[in-house]
Amino acid sequence: MAEYSAFSLLANALKGNKDWKPAWRKPDPKASYDVIIIGGGGHGLATAYYLAKEHGITNVAVLEKGWLGSGNVGRNTTAVRSNYLLPANTRFYEHSMKLWEDLSHDLNYNVMFSQRGCLNLAHTPAQFDDYARRGNAMRHLGVDAELMTPAEIKRLIPALDMSNTARFPVLGGLMQRRAGTARHDAVAWGYARGADRRGVDIVENCEVTGFLRDGDRITGVTTSRGDIRAKKVAVTVAGSTGRVMQLAGIETMPIESHVLQAFVTESLKPFIDTVVTFGMGHFYMSQSDKGGLVYGGDIDGYNSYAQRGNLPIVDEVMSEMLALFPGLARVRMLRSWGGVCDMSMDGSPIITTGPLPGMYLNCGWCYGGFKATPASGWCFAWTIAKDQPHEFNAPFTLDRFHRGHVIDDKGQGANPRLH
Amino acid sequence: MLITCPYCGPRDVIEFTYQGDANRERPNPASQNLDAWNAYVYDRLNPAGDHNEFWQHSGGCRSHLRVIRNTLTHEISSVAFARGDHASTSRRKAEGKS
Repeated sequence: MAEYSAFSLLANALKGNKDWKPAWRKPDPKASYDVIIIGGGGHGLATAYYLAKEHGITNVAVLEKGWLGSGNVGRNTTAVRSNYLLPANTRFYEHSMKLWEDLSHDLNYNVMFSQRGCLNLAHTPAQFDDYARRGNAMRHLGVDAELMTPAEIKRLIPALDMSNTARFPVLGGLMQRRAGTARHDAVAWGYARGADRRGVDIVENCEVTGFLRDGDRITGVTTSRGDIRAKKVAVTVAGSTGRVMQLAGIETMPIESHVLQAFVTESLKPFIDTVVTFGMGHFYMSQSDKGGLVYGGDIDGYNSYAQRGNLPIVDEVMSEMLALFPGLARVRMLRSWGGVCDMSMDGSPIITTGPLPGMYLNCGWCYGGFKATPASGWCFAWTIAKDQPHEFNAPFTLDRFHRGHVIDDKGQGANPRLH
Repeated sequence: MLITCPYCGPRDVIEFTYQGDANRERPNPASQNLDAWNAYVYDRLNPAGDHNEFWQHSGGCRSHLRVIRNTLTHEISSVAFARGDHASTSRRKAEGKS
């Protein structure tokens, strides 16, 4: 596999870029593995990478139904942040942030991680107080956070409607400077190449159709490319968790699948150099390095596996965009797409052993899975290798709902469509 | 997406509020069966295909509806008033009959 360096770029450029090798092999699945990971998205590939790198477990297959990058890792808005309130979330996402900060170097793959900051806008005094509380909670755990005044925000984002006649005038905001964005495809490709060259088989176009069992124990999977046995089977199919768990005979989960739409405009000159979120509705936006404004809002709000959304949310997201940035009224939307999210009952993820013997489960990312990719893979690999959680993911068990230890950052209760 | 309210006729989805999985059954309020309460509060059927769910026509006649909708295609195959079977079940329970 090619190492990327200034020298290799130059050498290949001089030879017309004819000699680049594929970044990962296309192996046929073997009859058995130590670990099978179902789902070749960001989390599955990161899990494979850290299993090999941190725990020396390399007899691993990642089974992907489509092609790498065809699921949620290619359908998000690329924002990365760790600005949570509750300690369990803050510790976990800050671990992710630290992995992000070194990821390009670690993978020898430029994931274009850009710490351009993430600013949450406040529009009422109560909301500003709430952000102050969240910022203090973050700083207690060593995460950077700062409150910004309207004058500072106006300097940072000149295009924002900061007038008193705005529908929801901006009273301030909470900024995390170390937050930012990363190139989502590069994250998938970088982890894929890193796992592949440590010996992991990445098997694309391989749909899991059922589970092999010995009594209660899961001993492998049946797939569109034959049966594959494994000592451990890890499920990282966020969005389709309901479907895959039904194959294992588990009918109900504390999860609903919902569709989340995202949008991108035609390319503009530099317009905004941070990630901004609207506190009065649900809207977030950043500008890609190519120039398009990347933005999104709420989920559609009812169960869906459709990977496409409906018009009312499009309408709502556009209105919120114009409430903040009236100057964008004539900018054209280039594309929109939908991703299917596992909405969990408390808005927090599940990374756990079980629920069946021989099975390991990583799911329930709601619509915040992208920023978690490194820590999710890192913690899940730990859990698979050692059959117990790391302290970072110990609170994110499946049975926390039944024990009453929910991690409900938004305080919305068991209401997935509100998280 | 259009939902055909049995009272008002076909209306845009923005008039409706989603109320989730209609297969869950609320335990008897006096029940101390924690597993049943946990299942009612947290566990959901999440099928890829036809899903039996509650909607309220909150922007119209305010009826509660039981809708069968395909989660892969958004196609709606049945809409009925929720009150019929559900209300009678709760009443039977309240009277101690099962």
